[in-house]
Amino acid sequence: MKILIQNGDLVLPDGIKKGKLLIEDGKIAALGDSGFETGDAEVVDATGLLVSPGLIDLHSHLREPGFEYKETIATGTRAAAKGGFTSVCCMANTKPVNDTAAVTELIRLKAEREGVVRVYPIGAATKGLKGEELAEMGELKESGAVAVSDDGKSIADANRMRLALTYASHFGLPVVNHPEDLNLTNNGAMNEGYWSTVLGLSGITRAAEETIIARDCHLAALVNARLHVAHVSTAGGADIVRYYKAKGANITAETAPHYLYATDEWVDGYDTSTRVSPPLRTKDDAASLIAALKDGTIDCIATDHAPHHIDDKNLEYALASTGISGFETALGVCWTALVVPGHMKPEELLSCMTSAPAKLFSLPGGTLAVGEPADVALIDPSAEWVVDSSSFLSKGKNTPFNGKKLTGRVARTFVGGVCVYDGSV
Amino acid sequence: MWSHTTISKKLYLWSEIRGLEEKSKGVVTLAFSQKHLLGLRGVSADDINEILNTADLMKVILASNNKKTPHLQGKTVLTVFYENSTRTRLSFELASKYMGGVAANMSASGSSVAKGESLVDTARTLDRMASDVLILRHPMTGAPHLMAQHVKASVINAGDGTNEHPTQALLDMFTMKEKLGRIAGLKVAIVGDVMHSRVARSNLWGLTTMGASVTFAGPPTLLPPELAAAGCGVTECVDDAVRGADVVMGLRIQLERQQKGLFPSVREYHKLFGLTQERIKLAKKDALVMHPGPMNRGVEISSFVADAPESVIDEQVTNGVAVRMALLFLLTRNNG
Repeated sequence: MKILIQNGDLVLPDGIKKGKLLIEDGKIAALGDSGFETGDAEVVDATGLLVSPGLIDLHSHLREPGFEYKETIATGTRAAAKGGFTSVCCMANTKPVNDTAAVTELIRLKAEREGVVRVYPIGAATKGLKGEELAEMGELKESGAVAVSDDGKSIADANRMRLALTYASHFGLPVVNHPEDLNLTNNGAMNEGYWSTVLGLSGITRAAEETIIARDCHLAALVNARLHVAHVSTAGGADIVRYYKAKGANITAETAPHYLYATDEWVDGYDTSTRVSPPLRTKDDAASLIAALKDGTIDCIATDHAPHHIDDKNLEYALASTGISGFETALGVCWTALVVPGHMKPEELLSCMTSAPAKLFSLPGGTLAVGEPADVALIDPSAEWVVDSSSFLSKGKNTPFNGKKLTGRVARTFVGGVCVYDGSV
Repeated sequence: MWSHTTISKKLYLWSEIRGLEEKSKGVVTLAFSQKHLLGLRGVSADDINEILNTADLMKVILASNNKKTPHLQGKTVLTVFYENSTRTRLSFELASKYMGGVAANMSASGSSVAKGESLVDTARTLDRMASDVLILRHPMTGAPHLMAQHVKASVINAGDGTNEHPTQALLDMFTMKEKLGRIAGLKVAIVGDVMHSRVARSNLWGLTTMGASVTFAGPPTLLPPELAAAGCGVTECVDDAVRGADVVMGLRIQLERQQKGLFPSVREYHKLFGLTQERIKLAKKDALVMHPGPMNRGVEISSFVADAPESVIDEQVTNGVAVRMALLFLLTRNNG
């Protein structure tokens, strides 16, 4: 079975070039303009489309096991495919928590049986995400976990965080933190600033995030461990990462699409789809995050896809669950925020969503190369579209981008040469 | 016995209301444009004036021996209270009853809310009981906005979380206008726990829309960030705020805030940030002293100040009924 993708612009490590891509037996058999034995290949016309490596997401919540009413591996991976993702990492805050090999294996098994994209579980750093006893990181790794994280909660005790970093480093496992000091969050509901004052919602200071970023970076440097800072949302957070990187610490960082485009002003009207952790910040923060992506301080963009059921969102603002269903808007939001205004070239943005994240967690894929699995996303860079959350494949329709016009859309997604999204839904 | 002025005012009121009725039949559009009153942020000066002018007439009825008008006849008003209240709830209920409306009350503790019913489900249930106006007090900011999205009835915010309490600000403005003859140009000092005060926010929006100048004062732990960007003065020095003010308004401080570390003691709070006799002397001669109630005497306001002749705190309560009558009348007229 062969598929020939032609007339498109290939997104290659050395830039964007016109060329063809041949898929054979699930792998990339030929790339560019020579060496093609197309035979009876099915032809895909990619005129006007970018032929990109499939997107890779280091941070998502697939909710299974335990919260199948919010999302399942089946629905979550279909939503991912629609968003151009071919590999997603899923966080451990399931029920039961993914703090044992048994849960990691269950997730992988389910993904193989019911999923359509590659799923890489992230194990818990501590048992039950309690921030106390370490999880069995060795076994988690053996069974397929690619990193450990208590995401959703910060490990409050600095010594426990130090021990988690130290122990994880034995296995070469990155520790993904959740930078939030809950005492400083102080039950806040949105970013602390002008808009929290105007809207009468209790504010969450940027310091709640930044003090933990500083603490964890310092500890990672101390024990020479591999720290990945999750969902940086503030200018100050990026500055701290920049400082520790300059000191040579083994630290990487991500931000999420919504922090680059949506701001705390969007909370006006108390639409709970804007409630997310960390909270939407300001235009100035977004500008600093964009600068940090450009200078390499922030290594990649991860969705923090956090689907919720309407019952968890159709509530008083501060009672609503935090999170945004992000797979299906990630590319469009990033394209609109970064490429359209000229902050980044298409290949620079795509690198932040493909090769860069692959490298951070040592995942396969992220680059188009002969002999590699054919994980490919076809992207229409000029498509203008209006987000309609009711058409999401994710069970979570919770998005602040509903009704917004975006530029840039995924047209087709292949995982291992199999078309998992064909642009029809 | 009615005085001659009262009678003529009352006659004027009847003709005024008849006039409004004719306007509402489509001949002339009513000035009042709101379906709900969720807050004063974004409400126009025209709408606020309409409420205050109508409240003028309602106050005449309240002052008369026959506190009855038919202008809410056939309308049902539900007060839906998730928090305790004396003034707000009773004044809404009485306002409805004085105008011949049906008034009933739901409080969270004795209802299905205690069984875990969501706000949206409760709102739908109440809406289906043919209610025309739902008056909500709720500890969470934005709750009335959520309710308004799910009901046909008009929703009045009777205090949501730390956001707004628009009818309190309306009665405050009514009182200022009644006593000082105007709102535009007044210098208003609002003192205390600004951070958590819905009275503060509603007064900020209402007073600035009406052309008054507002200065907030309180300890730095109780001032919200970037408040000055909303178009008001902000100071940590109460004396500075009170100096030369036409109106000095104290805000209630919840004593639990002390345990949360927001101020060290009631004693120090009163000394540094309370409305004391000494401090009030800095205001203009005959400046009004106001407080939304309930007061912590000896904390945010001394009894001497609260009971002094400049204090209009009791008058605020009466005006609260008049303003709520006006609002109920205008909202139900608007929605046929």
